[in-house]
Amino acid sequence: MEQFIAVFNENLFFIYLLIFTIILGFEVISKVPTILHTPLMSGANAISGVVLIGAILLIRTAGADEYLRLILGLLGIILGTINIVGGFKVTDRMLDMFKKKAK
Amino acid sequence: METTFILNLSYLIGVLTFVFGLRLLGSPDTARKGNMLAAFGMTFAVLVTLFIPMEDAPNNYLWIFGGLMIGGLIGWRTAIKVKMTDMPQLVSILNGLGGACAALLATTELLPYFQGTLEMSSTQLAIGIFALLIGLVSFSGSLLAYGKLQGLIKDSQVKLPKHGILNLVMLFTVLGLGILLSFFSGSSTLFFIFIGITLIYGFSFVAPIGGADMPVVISLLNSMTGLSAAAAGFIYQSQLMIVGGILVGAAGTILTILMCQAMNRSLLNVIIGGFGSAGGAVIGSDSDGKTAKTISVTDMAIQLFYSQSVVFVPGYGLAVAQAQKTVKELEDLLDKNGVDVKYAIHPVAGRMPGHMNVLLAEANVPYPKLLDMDEANDILPNTDVVVVVGANDVVNPAAEDSPGSPIYGMPVLQVWKAKNVIVLKRSMSPGYAGIQNPLFFNDKTKMLFGDAKHTLSELTKEVKTL
Repeated sequence: MEQFIAVFNENLFFIYLLIFTIILGFEVISKVPTILHTPLMSGANAISGVVLIGAILLIRTAGADEYLRLILGLLGIILGTINIVGGFKVTDRMLDMFKKKAK
Repeated sequence: METTFILNLSYLIGVLTFVFGLRLLGSPDTARKGNMLAAFGMTFAVLVTLFIPMEDAPNNYLWIFGGLMIGGLIGWRTAIKVKMTDMPQLVSILNGLGGACAALLATTELLPYFQGTLEMSSTQLAIGIFALLIGLVSFSGSLLAYGKLQGLIKDSQVKLPKHGILNLVMLFTVLGLGILLSFFSGSSTLFFIFIGITLIYGFSFVAPIGGADMPVVISLLNSMTGLSAAAAGFIYQSQLMIVGGILVGAAGTILTILMCQAMNRSLLNVIIGGFGSAGGAVIGSDSDGKTAKTISVTDMAIQLFYSQSVVFVPGYGLAVAQAQKTVKELEDLLDKNGVDVKYAIHPVAGRMPGHMNVLLAEANVPYPKLLDMDEANDILPNTDVVVVVGANDVVNPAAEDSPGSPIYGMPVLQVWKAKNVIVLKRSMSPGYAGIQNPLFFNDKTKMLFGDAKHTLSELTKEVKTL
């Protein structure tokens, strides 16, 4: 229990951030029409590629001879970039097709 | 000092683009801008992370740019080439890659601790293990979902008897190991065992879920990847990753809830593996003694051409047959003759949330013609002809009038209230849920068997001759 209290006090800022972001997320997204379900999903999916930032930091701080870190980080960068580029691009392609009545 | 300020400011801008980007994605008119905005914010944040000066950092730019080039090229090519009918697969696989990326980061950061070369607090450790667990489950689960959607793996091949219980046991094992590693003792061997079992659990978690339940599992996996990204953000103390990840988690959770509501089932019920498929009994009291009536292509063409209003109800069969453009062609012909054509879209039609909307948009159907369930149910009683294309459970009247049916209580499109119903279907076989559909035996209903695309193009030819 003491340990829990200590963790809570130390990370208070992050706990606030966590809670408010969850509330914000539900508020921002809650009313999405059916037509946009797929683009919302693939767009959000692209945003989850933000882990790429972590992978870049990982490689930038790795020693030039720490091959395990470098290789795992490289793999992370490749996967994260596919996720981001592919996700945003395909969402854009889909949204480009959604048009209002032409005539 | 200044560099930290620039970095923090850039991440703040990144966070704002994500929030407003998602907000704009919520309305058809602004959605494209929203996506662009989030993409811009992401690019900006990545560039700043790349080039911000760091003390004593070896940088290893060759590795980074190599990775960015390879990933960017693969991502771009895939996004341009993918067919709209293959969207559910693509969303699954991209999602899995995001989860894998988070898992890789967590592994790399945690491994030195388990090898005894780095000290970590149990809070850091627990968060790292959490990111790893969710990321791995999302990765292997998404891979299996991809395999299923791509048709590489059949549901029956991976579903074991008592799979629900097996999954529960595995879940507790994985959680137990995670807690052990976080708070008690750990060796690198145990760490790798944890990774192995968690990967298997991801497969096993998705294994019993299939068919019409795919939209639920895809959105659930999506939300898990978001959470793993957020947890990884805690490792790097990166607010951008935390906020981005949680927003994705929220989006995925909302979609998961919507999909479950659209089927009137609890998430737990979906995860455990569905509709009485275990029993396999076909329930269909209405079918006793009645036979379904059929209609010829010529008769159907005439009926459509001379009616005032037609509503198409697309289902997964439309995607399988790749018939979206053929439907649109038929729509145009009918439209010319003054027939009011609309489409009624059930929220869980297809294999991912919004699947039918994407397909019809690809065929250039303007989105005001796509009605959601409530709008459709309002106009269906005044509709002359409803054409059901490859949909089944979402138009089953048993959901409303037979309390014994497994889908009883699920909101459905009330097509039987229309004046005439024509069902395009490959055969009389029941839908995913294995439930007989009394609609087929209704007096107003006529069946036209065959591949949807073939039938629709025959219809188009007939209508042209009228």
